[in-house]
Amino acid sequence: MFGLARRLSASGVLGINARNCRYILKHNPRHLYPLVDDKLATKRLAIAAGLPVPELYGVITSHHDVRRLPELVAGHRDFVIKPAHGSGGDGILVVSARVRDGSAYRLVDGTIMDGDDIGHHLSNMLSGQYSLGGHRDVALIEYCVKFDPIFSECAYRGIPDIRVIVFRGYPVMAMLRLPTRRSHGKANLHQGAVGAGLDLATGETTCAVIGNSVVTEHPDTGAVIAGRQIPRWEYLLDFAARCHELTGLGYLGVDIVLDRDLGPMLLELNVRPGLNIQIANRCGLRDRLRVIEARPAGVSVKERVAFSMGSLLQPAAVAI
Amino acid sequence: MKDYKVWVLALALFLIGGALFVYKWQGLGYPLLPDEQTRIWTVEATLKFDAGPAPVPAKVTLYVPALTPGFAILDENFVSRGFGFTTRYVTGGRQVQWAVRRIKNEQTLYYRATIYKDPLQAESDTTPPFPAPPRLRDAENIALQQLLGQIQSQSADPASFTVELLKRLANPGTDQNVLMLLGSGTGITGRAVTAITVLAAAQIPARLLRGVYLVDREQQARLLPWLEVHDGERWIYFDPATGAQGLPENFLIWWRGSAPLYTRDGGGKTEVQFSVQRNEVDPVLVAERRANAWQSRIADFSMFSLPIQTQAVYGVLLMIPLGALLVVFLRNIVGVATFGTFMPVLVALAFRETEVVAGVILFSLVVALGLLFRFFMEHLRLLLVPRLASVLIIVVLLMALISIVGHQLGLDMGLSVGLFPMVILTMTIERMSIVWEERGPTEAIQQGVGSLFVAALCFSVMDIGFFKHLFFVFPELLLWLLAITLLLGRYSGYRLFELVRFKSFADRVP
Repeated sequence: MFGLARRLSASGVLGINARNCRYILKHNPRHLYPLVDDKLATKRLAIAAGLPVPELYGVITSHHDVRRLPELVAGHRDFVIKPAHGSGGDGILVVSARVRDGSAYRLVDGTIMDGDDIGHHLSNMLSGQYSLGGHRDVALIEYCVKFDPIFSECAYRGIPDIRVIVFRGYPVMAMLRLPTRRSHGKANLHQGAVGAGLDLATGETTCAVIGNSVVTEHPDTGAVIAGRQIPRWEYLLDFAARCHELTGLGYLGVDIVLDRDLGPMLLELNVRPGLNIQIANRCGLRDRLRVIEARPAGVSVKERVAFSMGSLLQPAAVAI
Repeated sequence: MKDYKVWVLALALFLIGGALFVYKWQGLGYPLLPDEQTRIWTVEATLKFDAGPAPVPAKVTLYVPALTPGFAILDENFVSRGFGFTTRYVTGGRQVQWAVRRIKNEQTLYYRATIYKDPLQAESDTTPPFPAPPRLRDAENIALQQLLGQIQSQSADPASFTVELLKRLANPGTDQNVLMLLGSGTGITGRAVTAITVLAAAQIPARLLRGVYLVDREQQARLLPWLEVHDGERWIYFDPATGAQGLPENFLIWWRGSAPLYTRDGGGKTEVQFSVQRNEVDPVLVAERRANAWQSRIADFSMFSLPIQTQAVYGVLLMIPLGALLVVFLRNIVGVATFGTFMPVLVALAFRETEVVAGVILFSLVVALGLLFRFFMEHLRLLLVPRLASVLIIVVLLMALISIVGHQLGLDMGLSVGLFPMVILTMTIERMSIVWEERGPTEAIQQGVGSLFVAALCFSVMDIGFFKHLFFVFPELLLWLLAITLLLGRYSGYRLFELVRFKSFADRVP
């Protein structure tokens, strides 16, 4: 057992305790959490800084407002409902179309929900069923991202996104998250989505995992996952790196979606990004974080991205 | 930097807790083990006398133990119907004086002391002055000087002098000097008295003391003489019968000096009997008494100073930190997923009523049925708080039903659900149903089983009698738990489950 721990340590894997102890507690001041835990606040912050985000159709803040939903989404065929304080993708509804003359909604995974079902879901959300700590919450109604056709053959229904871990403003690791049938169209790894490692230098997918097991093809579409190029990679990293200045948080998970028409958009930020990204990349985070820890402060975004894409950060990335 | 602070704080807590613990354990004698017993002896001196047929005034004094190296007095009584009594310190120890204006016929007075072993009870006597040279007749004086010269040439210090002297007194043989000095007192007491005379001539302070052996049970304990000699620094003891140095382990000194054990005005037949009886008592009693005697504030802050009912509550409460520490260990070191952080500890408390197996069955049964109901209610589209309330009501009903059905079937376990934490069960059902819907049944059941496992483990640890006793008697040990928890709070190594999760990485390292 200790031998296993020693070899794991030699491989540079970051554990939960080390992540919490050395990075989150040290680099993420508690008072900044609300900026990230409240998706509405994040959205406002991003808009102020000029970062593109999915357009907000409306906010439902009280049980009374629940009946205003049809009015809020009147001009839109599809939309997303999410709790402002949700975590891990819980409670998110992705509506893809209206059915039965607009009285019911079809979700992205094919389920039909009528007005009452949606209303019930919304009131649960407002009561805090999905929020951290069960506090009262608000529901965001926002633009449903049209995903980039480059993912069309390796995503099952939902919307793929890109998770970048940003440490002190440097992107340190990234992965592409692809929804599956099992994840109900959601892009969260613990719900069963595919995680594909991304080469920081090139933006190409390397290998992929579901849960903790390695896969080469998408389980639902059968498409080969490795070797796909993410478009505008440098811009994307630049985008992610700027979220450090946006919030002031030192250790951050940045979730970005690629929209067919509008390009990359900030989906959400995460102060406690998961560690499965290491499995998807088949590479530990610890050594990269140590390299960044030794870097001086006050480096411009451009230089940081250049450093992250350079060979200093991932010298062993090819040795798979 | 921060690590250093945590270590210092943990060390400080550890030392404070440890110091208090050691003081109470070793100093005051609080018991480390739950079923430990302390030996005590009840020593009783019975004084009988006959005052005669006509009423007369009577005054009786009796020596009682005062300075008792190796022993301490837990309690003492003076039983004397109709007599007034006082105690006072006199030469040679302490005396009780019984007095009455008019008394007749046979009278019995009792002195009863409860004695326990106390290694810390040391001789606290003062250094005596040099004794005055004995006044003897000429012939005896000559014998004494000759004997003194002989012994002094064969000894180096007061101790060896005494040993040599006692040897000669025990076996006088044909030594005329010794025989003359002994005179008619060839008994053990007589030899001790003679020894004191010779020692006084040698400028060595010495005195006679009398005491009893503390045995298991003795109705007619004998008073034995012992010899105490001051070597310039401290008192040393000698057995006048054998000359052996030292005080036997279970020898209780009753009084010192050559004064008689008792005196009675008016003479007449008087006799004193000693009896010894060994008993076992709860050592906490002795410890508290000792703390009081030392005027230590510790006993005032002891759990035993609380009312019995409150003590029972704390008996449970003081175990919660242990459960919490176990949860920290299982979550942060092992990596077991549970519903709610300390929910398993509270469920473990409920297991106290039901025992583990019945508790696990009850818990699973209530949660499973509650979940079924919760899934059904999903269709009713209730708001969150009313839904939680209705699940709570269902949980109470389910528990009542289980009790009734269990009782009809003759199972007692159904009756012990009383304290099962219903609100916690309700929250568990709610959390489980959300995890079930959002993350799938596998994870929901995994977390449910994890919670139960942790609860069962917490209960098993919190139910260990040794720990219960330890934390109740030594609550300062909670500081140790705090210190360990602080250190665990800075643990940044892998969790046990992560070794499995990231195993593929380890396989690539040779």
